[in-house]
Amino acid sequence: MPFIPHTADDIARMLQVIGAQSIDDLFDEIPAALKTAALHGVPPALSEMEVGRLLTERAWRDGRPLNFIGAGAYEHHIPAPVWAIATRGEFYSAYTPYQAEASQGTLQLIYEYQSMMCALTAMEVSNASLYDGASALAEACLMAVRAHRGSESRRILLPRTVNPTYGQVVRNITGNQQLEFEAVNFDRREGRVTLRALQAYEGQDFAALVVQQPDFFGNVEEVDQLTDWAHANKMLVIAVVNPTALALLKPPGEWGGLAGGTRGADIVCGEGQPLGVPLASGGPYFGFMATRMLYVRQMPGRIVGGTLDSEGRPGFSLTLQAREQHIRRSKATSNICTNQGLLVTAATIYMALLGAAGLKRVAAASAQRTADLVRALCQIRGVSAAFDAPRFHEAVLLLDRPVAPVLAALAERGISGGLDLGGSYPELGHALLVCATETKTEADIDAYARALADIMRPSPVVRGAI
Amino acid sequence: MSKIPGDLHYTRSHEWVRRLSSGQLEVGITDHAQEALGDLVYVEVPQVSRRLVAGEACAVVESVKAASDVYSPVAGQVAASNEDLAHRPELLNSDPYGAGWLMRVVPDAAAAAGPLLTPAEYAQFLEEAG
Repeated sequence: MPFIPHTADDIARMLQVIGAQSIDDLFDEIPAALKTAALHGVPPALSEMEVGRLLTERAWRDGRPLNFIGAGAYEHHIPAPVWAIATRGEFYSAYTPYQAEASQGTLQLIYEYQSMMCALTAMEVSNASLYDGASALAEACLMAVRAHRGSESRRILLPRTVNPTYGQVVRNITGNQQLEFEAVNFDRREGRVTLRALQAYEGQDFAALVVQQPDFFGNVEEVDQLTDWAHANKMLVIAVVNPTALALLKPPGEWGGLAGGTRGADIVCGEGQPLGVPLASGGPYFGFMATRMLYVRQMPGRIVGGTLDSEGRPGFSLTLQAREQHIRRSKATSNICTNQGLLVTAATIYMALLGAAGLKRVAAASAQRTADLVRALCQIRGVSAAFDAPRFHEAVLLLDRPVAPVLAALAERGISGGLDLGGSYPELGHALLVCATETKTEADIDAYARALADIMRPSPVVRGAI
Repeated sequence: MSKIPGDLHYTRSHEWVRRLSSGQLEVGITDHAQEALGDLVYVEVPQVSRRLVAGEACAVVESVKAASDVYSPVAGQVAASNEDLAHRPELLNSDPYGAGWLMRVVPDAAAAAGPLLTPAEYAQFLEEAG
């Protein structure tokens, strides 16, 4: 049997049967304006050799810049065994297995992934993963509205210290479900959410408060205070966390309880990419989500459970499927009901290889490198740190001139110097978000500092100064 | 043949309604419904004091093979919910008209007489539905 599903003759015969002139006729009802035109820069069919050559040439054009950009995706060292094992034939599928009898290996891996995520977040139950960190937050917001039994509110407090891209995705996904978001401002000096900023919302009816830890600026938020405030005001707490940072910081399951009796965050989500997934131009990544057992039936996504078979032997299968769309249809907890199996496989191998101690070393080294970077860059005239809160592995720097030309000059020297925050946070002025992980050496940091000092040497022209 | 007690009213979505001496209405799902669902593993009852519109989804019953909404037969306010079901969902299988009740509702005065079925009408409805 040939691998070509339809020949030109097959297609002509089928079109004749249904009375259509061409395949394009079948898409007539889609307005022309919505159809995507030809992709620029994508040539017609090429041979394998030609494709290889074309892609290699294009990859060369990117160069191999020394990367100091974080902002939600982080360059960590990935031990060679991670992808060597993840791409074994037995694991090499993006799909979640329905057939328990034929999929014990994959199911066990996902079960172990869930167990590791529970240990990392100090939560009771994790799902098998979602698409990415941003869509996981959107799912968490929808879940909070469903799960909050004391309130019918569809409003959520979404601080501006949460990744602004996540904010866009969340508004996009929940836009037709009447969720409303209130943007909480951050303290200009600390670069994080303070109780003072939250006072305006005291006693109002909100379903949840979102807390990102560390926040988008890299600052460590006062999560205990924020959690207690939200619970006192009858809101759920949605934690958006960096999994690497959790090796050092208090896990969300233990947030709050300053006055005794902690209950922790109610829903935890985030981007799993730092756990063994390469930057890869922005994806594919995976999102994670965990919650308290009380809310498990409101959690979206697949869940693998441990069980016993008919002969009493331990095994694994998908569980609690009555939440999902193949059973609940339009009433499902989500209609995005798959997981990122392959990326979760890599993350599970990454976490298993590093262990708790290894992950802690990665986190500590990253925090140290960022501290070194900030110290080195802030010695340059015209560069200062924007905030004075403690940080993890990112920081906002203020420049005495526009950021974009400085980044362009750094790029010419083979350095990706960070993210220009001007578009999302104009009130900060010339703000630059930088990140250094364990992959950056002292020499790398030195190279960045020397390049930046060189670029910043001529002082900005100040009109009327002479 | 499932049980259809003669002193209750019924809906086409398989809820039963019992008028209590207090004037409140007790609501549950019928023997036919629990049989069709199979072994229940989870029941979510409505929050006390919640206001309900007639026909509104107000509870969820989940078995090993399906999850279904339960619809309020009347408009009113929830006066009590059967919290035992959180730990013992099987009560709904073993005693659907007694210990397996879901909620008690104070009906709105105007809406007290809804389009409910008599036992005979419900029996006929089941028969016709096959």
